[in-house]
Amino acid sequence: MSEVAIGPSTSDKVWTLPSRGFVGMACLILAEAAIFVIFVVAYIFYIGKSLTGPTPKEVLDLPILTTICLLSSSLTVHASVSALRQSKTRLCSLWLAATVLLGGIFLLGTAHEWYGLIYKHGLTIKTNLFGTTFYSLVGLHATHVVVGLILLSLALLFSVRGEMKEHHSEKLEVLSLYWHFVDGVWVVVFLVVYVLGR
Amino acid sequence: MATQTPVIEVHNQTAQTPRRLWLEVLHDWVTTVDHKKIGLMYIGYALVFLVIAGFEALLMRVQLAIPNNHFVSPEVFNGLFTMHGTTMVFFVGMPILFGFGNYLIPLMIGARDMAFPRLNAFSFWISAFAGILLYFSYVGGSGLDGAGSALDVGWFAYAPLTARVFSPGHSTDYWTLSLLLTGVGSIGTALNIVATIICMRCPGMKMSRLPLLPWIYLVMSGLTFVAIGPLTAAQIMLMLDRYVGSHFFDTQAGGSAVLWMHFFWIFGHPEVYILVLPAFAFANEIIPVFSRKAIFGYPAMVAASVGIGFISLGVWAHHMFTVGLGPGENTFFTLATMIISVPTGIKIFNWLATLWGGKIQFTTSMMFAVGFLFQFLIAGLTGIMLSAAPFDWQLGNSYFVVAHFHYVLVGAILFMIFSAFYYWYPKMTGRMLSEKLGKWHFWLFVIGFHLTFDFMHVPGLLGMPRRIYTYEADRGWMIWNLIISSGAVFQTVATLLFVYNMVWSYFRGPIAGPDPWDAWTLEWSVSSPPPSYNFAEIPTVASRRPLWDLKHPEDPDSDYEMGPVHPEETQKEGA
Amino acid sequence: MFSTRGSSSSTAIALSAFIADPTNIFRPAGTPASSIFSLSMLVLGITAAIFLVVAGILTFVLIRYRSRDSAGETEQEPAQIYGSNQIELSWTVIPILIVVMLFLATTRVIYTTEHAPRPADALDVTVIGHQFWWEYRYPKLGVVTANELHVPVSDREHPLPTYLTMSSADTDHSFWVPRLAGKMDLIPDKVNTMWIDPQRKDLYLGQCAQYCGVQHAKMLIRVYADTPEDFAAWVTHQQQPAVRDPGVAEGREVFMHNACISCHTIRGTVANGRFGPDLTHVGSRETIASASVLNNPKNLREFIDNPANFKPGALMPPMHLDSHDLDAVTAYLATLK
Repeated sequence: MSEVAIGPSTSDKVWTLPSRGFVGMACLILAEAAIFVIFVVAYIFYIGKSLTGPTPKEVLDLPILTTICLLSSSLTVHASVSALRQSKTRLCSLWLAATVLLGGIFLLGTAHEWYGLIYKHGLTIKTNLFGTTFYSLVGLHATHVVVGLILLSLALLFSVRGEMKEHHSEKLEVLSLYWHFVDGVWVVVFLVVYVLGR
Repeated sequence: MATQTPVIEVHNQTAQTPRRLWLEVLHDWVTTVDHKKIGLMYIGYALVFLVIAGFEALLMRVQLAIPNNHFVSPEVFNGLFTMHGTTMVFFVGMPILFGFGNYLIPLMIGARDMAFPRLNAFSFWISAFAGILLYFSYVGGSGLDGAGSALDVGWFAYAPLTARVFSPGHSTDYWTLSLLLTGVGSIGTALNIVATIICMRCPGMKMSRLPLLPWIYLVMSGLTFVAIGPLTAAQIMLMLDRYVGSHFFDTQAGGSAVLWMHFFWIFGHPEVYILVLPAFAFANEIIPVFSRKAIFGYPAMVAASVGIGFISLGVWAHHMFTVGLGPGENTFFTLATMIISVPTGIKIFNWLATLWGGKIQFTTSMMFAVGFLFQFLIAGLTGIMLSAAPFDWQLGNSYFVVAHFHYVLVGAILFMIFSAFYYWYPKMTGRMLSEKLGKWHFWLFVIGFHLTFDFMHVPGLLGMPRRIYTYEADRGWMIWNLIISSGAVFQTVATLLFVYNMVWSYFRGPIAGPDPWDAWTLEWSVSSPPPSYNFAEIPTVASRRPLWDLKHPEDPDSDYEMGPVHPEETQKEGA
Repeated sequence: MFSTRGSSSSTAIALSAFIADPTNIFRPAGTPASSIFSLSMLVLGITAAIFLVVAGILTFVLIRYRSRDSAGETEQEPAQIYGSNQIELSWTVIPILIVVMLFLATTRVIYTTEHAPRPADALDVTVIGHQFWWEYRYPKLGVVTANELHVPVSDREHPLPTYLTMSSADTDHSFWVPRLAGKMDLIPDKVNTMWIDPQRKDLYLGQCAQYCGVQHAKMLIRVYADTPEDFAAWVTHQQQPAVRDPGVAEGREVFMHNACISCHTIRGTVANGRFGPDLTHVGSRETIASASVLNNPKNLREFIDNPANFKPGALMPPMHLDSHDLDAVTAYLATLK
């Protein structure tokens, strides 16, 4: 038999369960966090242990501008979700565009920083333990930023073409969760690399 | 009748174009997103690798049967133990357990499929590809001495042995890449399991009514998220070291070999709990049914499983007692490892209490479960021995450890997997497995298992380290190795019998019907095999054993929902 | 021990394959191994007791509560019992108590072994692990040797332990001589310390216990516990530079003019290589090839010709010497007593 008549519903409450998108994204964030934690641990473990080469103090400047941009982009993406919830699709596109722009500035700033590190200070991933752990950790984060920007650009594209509607707001919110995670990781990276490590 | 014509047409079609039908079936399986088909593919895939990795073990046992043997060269032997370990953990253990989970979880919670069916299919195929990539290394990779062969750095691939300078060939790269891929698949499946259990339970199935199998798979999936990450991170670091010149594990530049060990075992220890928790899940479903009693202490079982999951994250350095971490760390990890025995013991006692006062039916499935109980007890006790760090200073990296973990992997996990096969094969195929062949399978396997793994403890006590391709004649290890190797033969025969049973029963086994075991969870309420949509109507449940309620309406479980109750109050006669 | 001569020795080998136990952890011959032995007896006792109780109950339950219904016909379901707070509490608390007891006993052994007070006259040996041989240096005595470790016997009244300071030149290794102590890993760029104090004059066997590459299985250990007088004599002998026997001058020339000197040291000659074992007194060792074969001219010649004859994958390459040079250099090395 393929039917189970297991009595009438004994409860008057409506049977609601969390959304799959949120739970799935939370799981993904947990798994990614585990990867980042290991790179952060490696970074902290190797602070001060480089045998040669430039030290963080000598070559690192606080990336204030890029950090402000990236963290503000969390606000803008949140605003885009709110706008979509209220069916204000044009506003949503605007905020999404701002998010992509701010994220892009972050990436450009990182590229500029790396250019200086490599060509002015001669610091590469091969140079010493600091170079190894710095480029791998910041690079891993930057990769996640790139992925996020690609997804956000896609969302922007759909939004601009008028294909994103109010009932998509949950999907957009799930995406924004990923973006918040990326920003959260940056806070940790910033503290560990640019504050603690110097 | 209007429905007959299409049937005749289909038959005509079949007669005229059998090749087309075959292609259609293949296409159906390759593109499926149905959790049942994906589950079966995982299981079939794992069984193929079980045979391959078992064969690798057989070759090793032939080489080790006598001292200074020349059956295989050192390079080949080192490749065999690496491949055997890697295959068994990642391409037998994980897939078979994910396969069962995939098949059963939606059925048990009253859902039509997993939360993300396409992700489900993707996870399977990426893992399948990873396994093929691993074995491609036999053709494509070159080993430690440039001898064209597969991985030979051990399944744990310690640095700096894996550095370019000590492993110039590509064996390490195959190890890393195939495991990176299967890690992605594992995270995908774990994500699916969590999202399914949390978001797709049928009405009335509060978390406190969730059957124990999904509960444990929830814990196991959580562990997967936290454990696979470190392995992935360490492997990325290893690849960077090997190809880009970074220094994560480069001791010449101040890097640390011990750091690799930490990262690997932060993955490696939870990994073995990821493997054993589903075995507990099977036991939690099978033992009650064949004792004809509800599981004793459901809340404690949930708490113990969650507790085991959490504690398992904090014991990893018991694999590193001999590395020289210092007495403080050695003491801490001894304590953490000993503590994990408390929730584990609670589970064993709860199973005992479930059996107590029951009406135990010794079907083949139950016999394997009984074997699991005895053997898991022993495995846990040898684990306690190893948790005492000084004892581990002698026994670590010896055959005692090999015996311990095979006792868990084979004696506990594989036995419960066999039990699960005999229990759920009827549901998956609609036919019963032969009980007669099953009993032969059981007894032959038990004899072989104990011949091999009981006696394997002795060479460890006599000083035999692991991962050696041969040994000296004057150590007194030969008689034990001979006995160990003889057991392998029994296990091989038993496994082949099992495979034969599965094939034969598929065509000739007695028809199973929806509920051959008179069981109580939702999967037994649908036909065997279930229709592709699982449930015509999504059920509503009011207790942990919805079918018990149906079968015993005068005395349903839903009256007794509030956790452990005094035995006198719950004494009741069944109907 | 073992030899390749005669059938009676073959019998000895065959027998020893069955009953000898030179590396039995339950036959301790030194303090660290003894304290581990005592702890292990406690642990074994507790776990055996747990096993007997639990397995006993399990066996009882399986027999007492087996279904007696005829096949396929169940009559009544048994009483459904869902749990019991008291029972579950007791089997939580009792294991916790056992764990606490076991943990305290274990911690004591960890600290007494790792933090043992070091007597002033303890012997220091530096152990360096290589793929696939053991380098031993006695820094205060100016002795460098390989694969065969000599230490003085110790006794309770006048303890004379040997402290091993260990690291690796390449991959991870592990020093394990079961009758003397637990094992300790040798890790590149890390220094580990352990101590041994053999209580009886004897030869103690062991081997590398951490997979280090192709020839991990043949990285064997021999520890000779000598009486203090024998040990002093051995040290004095080892401190001498290499024997210079004019009868083997030709072999010496072969050695000095081939690649041998780039890897091996022979004190008193130009050979100053550090990659392979020190050969200054190689003639006085009982074994070669990391203790895997007896040291006699036949084995020595075969090894030099091509180490893969005994240890395929060993890092020493075949020397490609012609037969005459091979004989000469073998004769030379045999005189380096």
